[in-house]
This record gives sequence, structure tokens and C-alpha cells, in this order.
Amino acid sequence: MPELIVTKDIDAPGLDTLEVYRQHEGYQGLEKALKEYQPEELVDMMKKSGLRGRGGAGFPTGLKWSFLAKTEPRYLCCNADESEPGTFKDRMLMEKNPHQLVEGVIITSYACRVAVAFIYVRGELAYAARQVERAVQEAYAAGYIGKNIMGSGYSLEVIVHRGAGAYICGEESALMESLEGRRGYPRLKPPFPAAVGLYGGPTVINNCETLSTVPSILRNGPEWYGTFGTEKSKGTRVFCLSGQVKKPGNYELPLGTPFRTLIYDERYGGGILGDKELKAIIPGGSSSPILGADKLDVTMDYEAIAAAGSMGGSGGVIIISEDTCMVGAILRITEFYRDESCGKCTPCREGTYWLTELLHRLEHGGGKQKDIDLLVDICDNLAGKSFCPLGDAATSSIVSGVKLFREEFVEHVRLGGCPRHQAHAGVH
Amino acid sequence: MISEQAKERMRSLAARYPMSRSALLPALHIAQEEEGYVTPEGIATVAEILNLTTDDVKSVATFYTMYYHRPHGQKVISVCTGISCYLRGCDQLVEHLETRLGVKRGETTPDGTFTLECMECLASCGTAPVLQVNGEFVENVTLEMAEALMDELSREIKAKKVLQSPQGGSTGRIK
Repeated sequence: MPELIVTKDIDAPGLDTLEVYRQHEGYQGLEKALKEYQPEELVDMMKKSGLRGRGGAGFPTGLKWSFLAKTEPRYLCCNADESEPGTFKDRMLMEKNPHQLVEGVIITSYACRVAVAFIYVRGELAYAARQVERAVQEAYAAGYIGKNIMGSGYSLEVIVHRGAGAYICGEESALMESLEGRRGYPRLKPPFPAAVGLYGGPTVINNCETLSTVPSILRNGPEWYGTFGTEKSKGTRVFCLSGQVKKPGNYELPLGTPFRTLIYDERYGGGILGDKELKAIIPGGSSSPILGADKLDVTMDYEAIAAAGSMGGSGGVIIISEDTCMVGAILRITEFYRDESCGKCTPCREGTYWLTELLHRLEHGGGKQKDIDLLVDICDNLAGKSFCPLGDAATSSIVSGVKLFREEFVEHVRLGGCPRHQAHAGVH
Repeated sequence: MISEQAKERMRSLAARYPMSRSALLPALHIAQEEEGYVTPEGIATVAEILNLTTDDVKSVATFYTMYYHRPHGQKVISVCTGISCYLRGCDQLVEHLETRLGVKRGETTPDGTFTLECMECLASCGTAPVLQVNGEFVENVTLEMAEALMDELSREIKAKKVLQSPQGGSTGRIK
């Protein structure tokens, strides 16, 4: 498939080794960057390409780089703390093509005049971390990292850092706290990391997929990258398709591809499991509002998904079929935020707990009619009133779920629990 | 007991970072590798090497879910119960393993062989349901596969025990 960029050749045997990666144009982007460009020119190139952050917020990458304060030392941190439920692309990129990420890290470090870069890998992804560590060691041995890289006079240290189990550390300020050896509590913003980040220095934090895209933009140019996707959402992204779909998996597609193609096309999802009806789509990881089946023809770009009432988020597209109880599914999602709330601020710590309690009694019996509105009311006390975006994220599925599937919540109250409890999610 | 070699690894990590404190998480990982879980001795060692108080180290160690604070089984079975695995039947998988092992989630079998735990989304939603055995992935797990896996792990542990003790009867808890 010609449109593949970041997953190109991903199944080539041995791609995780330096030798094979080089046979697939590996480190040519870095060579070009060091020999033909000044750092500032690379920042402009990234702006021109239209690449936007693939972690969740979709912030323009080049613009982020250009915001870095001029003071030194500066730091780069690759956010590979992939933990958003429904998202599994960064793990694949690290396991199968770690050198692509490492090359992206080196180019970005050069563009941002960074001397020390970190790759923060989620603790649970032990194999991915070993793969990246090995790639970094190979790159050191080959002279792509270290002193005077390829005779350019530019020097860089890269440290692979493993987390230890905390979703909140995917939030950039908590990630920096964690990397500095503290509990993963988010920091107050501003100051933003570009001004005051790691060890007080200006810091650029980019997602793993974002950095893995950088080498191909270097090799082929920003105009080429801009030929993929839509006018405002350029390029491709790896959509992580999961849930009740026949062929779940990672599919790289141009931004602006309709959900219908991803879910039903034989080359991708191949339709709903058991040929059931589609009930709901969670388009960008569990933190994004749920969309109804009527949104199937919405295109998967940042703008169109936002216009439909949700967000592109992390690219984790979770499919829910007619057989699944929405109250049960939303309960499961909410339990996650309760468990992962760091406890620093009251609205999130208490709110996620009480939301779970209410959903639990709706699902398992004892729920009252007023609980439904109480859920929405608690969400109103979390969203925008929590210290960091985790609080907002916890409300997405509930607010959208009650809006779209209110009659199901009412039915739970009337029947004193879930009518589908025995049958829910029974696939195997 | 934290070996000299492990202490040396912690020291060299501390020297790599712009600030030695950054080595705290990796140092705790090393301490856990050494002793099976983060013991008071592990905390004290890390504190000493990084020049921090033990309370400080403890406050960090208790924030992150990967650090164990008491002994666990030789094989830790971690089943993902995130939303994508939920939609593919992970709850039945957990119930099945609970029955097979005779323990509830979060518990260790009395002989110290298996710990069963539930995990947040493990970033393997495309191959749900998934579990990890001591941190390594097993994907697309059906109930039949889970049975076969448990048989295999039990055999492996039995063989190890026979090797370790000539009487073959030891069921001592692994540190």
C-alpha cells in the first residue's frame, strides 16, 4: 500500500536491527538533516509538513518545536508511555521498528538543539523497552548517537527510561515529574514545558508515533507528506482498531479516511464481529466521547471528528456492537479513571470514585432514576475543574453515553440491573 | 539481599542522568529484580545510593503499580481488563483462571506458585484478550489456550522444583 509511511516495511524480517533498517533507507534522513540543514530550517520544514502530535492533542509539531525557549540546556522527551485504553500503536512501532523512533529522536534533538534526550517507555512494555534500548546501543556503536555525530560537530546522549505503572505519566508534566524520580503528579501549567520543563530547562515532548514519522519527512520532504490527508490534518496516522470487529489491528491510513472504511473494508476491520449491527464508536481512545452508529461516514481527521462531537485523540478506535450493554462498558471505562486518578486534586479523586459507585449500582442493581442525572452533574464538577486533563477524560464516555443511550440507563433502573448481564461481551 | 553488582548498576545509572534522583524508578526496578519485591532493604539501598531519605523513596515506590511490596508467586499472571479486552471476553477469562487456580484476583496460590492479577489496558487491544506472564505478552487468549498455558507453566515449575531439591517436595515460597 503506497500510503504507508510510519508502518512502511514494518513486517520486513529483521527490521529491528540496524543492518536491515539501513537497507530500508534507515538513517538517511538523519544524514540529510545533519549535512544539509541548520536546526532552524528543520523546524520550518516540520511546520510546512503539517505534522501534528499523534499522542492525543494533535498540536502542530513544528510549532511546538519553535516555542522552545532559547536558554540551554534543553531536553527532548519521547512520550512512549502508551497507556490510553484502546491504543497499541507505539508498542508496535517500538517492538518492530525501534530504529525509526531512534532516528526521529536524533533528528528532533538536532532540530531543537538538545544535548540529552530521553525515551520514556511505559513500564509494562518490557519487550518494547528492550528493543528501543538495543537500537540505541546499536546507534551509539554506529556513531549515530554520541560525540560529533557523522562528523557534524553535533553531540547527543539518549537515555531509555522505563516507567513503573501509572497512566497519569502519559500526561506530559506528570511524565517529567516521573522522569525526575518523583510521584507522577501533574505540574501546574503555565509554565509550559517549552519554557520550564525537565530539570527546569526548556523541554520538547513528542509522542512516539510523531517522532517515528520525522525520518520519512526528512527523506521525502514536507510537500510529499502534505499530499496525504486533508488540508488541516495532513499525513497518515496509525489507527488502532479494537473491540467487536472482525479484524482488529493497527492500520495506517491517510487522515480523512471515513470510519466506515476502517471498520468495514475487507482490507481493514472487515465488519462487525458476528455480523452484528454497529452500536457505538469510541474514536480516539477511552478518553474521547462516544459516537453513535450514525457517525459512520464521518472522516477520521481532527476537524471532522471534533465537529461530530468527539476527538481524534490517540487514534484508538474502539468498536461496540449491538450486543453490548453501554452501562457496563462505560462502567469499565470509568473504573479505569478511578484507579488511575493520581489523587492530587479532589474533583478527580472523589469524582471518579463516586461515578464508579453510581455506575456500579445502575449495572448491578439498586440504581435510581436520579442517579442518571447525578452522573451528569458529577461530570460537570470534574470537567474543566480538575487539575489536569485526566478529570475531563473520565467524563467523556459518561456524558456522551447518557446523551446517546439514555433509554438504556433508564431500563437499568426499571429492571433493577443489567438485562444483558449474562450475555454481555461474551465472545469466546 | 541486594548484590554489590546491583548496587553498582544503580550507581552507574545515577551518574548517567543530569540529576541522580532520575535514577529512582530504574533503581527500584533493579531492587525488585534482586529480591522479587521492593523490600525495606531495597528501599534503604536505593535511598543510600541516591542520597535520599527512605521515606522519600517509599513515597515514590508506593505510587507506581509495578512495584510489589510483598512476595508474589513465581509466575505472575496479569490479565488485561481494559475496555477493549472487556469487549472480547476478558472477564470470563479472569473467572476461568480464578477457578483453575483456586484464588481470587489479587491473590497468590498457597504454594506460592501463581499470583493472579488484573491490569489496566496493556496496549495490546488488537489481540484481545491478552495477559502477561511475568511481564511477557500472551495474546489472543481463548479459554482453551489459557488452560494449555497453565498446564505448561505448572509443568515448568514442577520440573524446576525437582531440579532444585532432590526430594522434590519443596513448596517454599520463592522470594
